[in-house]
Amino acid sequence: MKEKILEVLQNAFPGTEFEVYEFHGDLRLKFPAELVVPVADILKNDPELAFDLLEDVTGIDWATRKNRFSVVYHVFSIKNSFRLRFTVDVDDETLHVDTVTGIWLSANWYERETYDMYGIKFTNHPDLRRMYMPEEYEYHPLRKDYPLMGIPGDLSLPKK
Amino acid sequence: MGLEAKLMKEGFLTTTVDALAAWARKSSVWPMPMGISCCGIELMAVGDPKYDIARFGSEVMRFTPRQCDLMIVAGTVTYKMSHVVKKIYDQMPDPKWVIAMGVCTSTGGMYRSYSVVQGIDQFLPVDIYLAGCPPRPDNLLNALIQIQEKIGKTRVSDFQDIPNPELINN
Repeated sequence: MKEKILEVLQNAFPGTEFEVYEFHGDLRLKFPAELVVPVADILKNDPELAFDLLEDVTGIDWATRKNRFSVVYHVFSIKNSFRLRFTVDVDDETLHVDTVTGIWLSANWYERETYDMYGIKFTNHPDLRRMYMPEEYEYHPLRKDYPLMGIPGDLSLPKK
Repeated sequence: MGLEAKLMKEGFLTTTVDALAAWARKSSVWPMPMGISCCGIELMAVGDPKYDIARFGSEVMRFTPRQCDLMIVAGTVTYKMSHVVKKIYDQMPDPKWVIAMGVCTSTGGMYRSYSVVQGIDQFLPVDIYLAGCPPRPDNLLNALIQIQEKIGKTRVSDFQDIPNPELINN
């Protein structure tokens, strides 16, 4: 599967560098964030690959790194029974990544969750609201600079 | 056997209204099952024939707060959920009691986190804190018995049914 995926992607995007990582037999690809929508399109719609199930979208906060956020996508091909992860690094200046809701509809809530927890905005997302935290909430709790116990008084309690 | 055997003639008894009301109240505590997470499963087990909360007169789980006098908060209360819990508590008629079932509701438990209220006594008056994660059903029955003892000592005059203007205006 690995060779086939890379062959298809290299043919579609000549000159683009796809970094390949393997860990315990799980394959991970990394490529520039601008390509996330076209690559996702090929992964899903190529008849050989057919990654038709988006299992999760989440983020990673690397805290001290330049471009500190990554977005991770988990996709599964039912036809090939093969699971693939691909990651993109988010630009620190814009904190924007294109949405993949146009390709997998299930990305809608996953991306809302990622936005809620990390503050990464997904361009062209149809309904980018917070998932868990109250709508007027100012912070993004899974960021590394957010204290574990929260900021006192940031969430309201009913009066006693 | 029982009352019929003893009561050969018309009997009478002397008591106070307070004692009678307290006896009636403590023998039919109607719980509001606020089963928010896993403690709710143990709360359901208390209602089943093995543990049988009906032995204590509390089998009538009311799903409307207006007919309840005991709120069993069973499960982790997040900040977002706390407003709902408080709203339901406010709708229960006086007099009313609260059991904080499990460590999450009592202290936040293992969820030492930004999203979980570290003890519901921050916004509710709690009568019994019930330890365990989750507490065994017999433990909840024990809490109920303690609540009944407390209700037995309560005087009617403690509850004057004074309307809270804040609640009326909202």
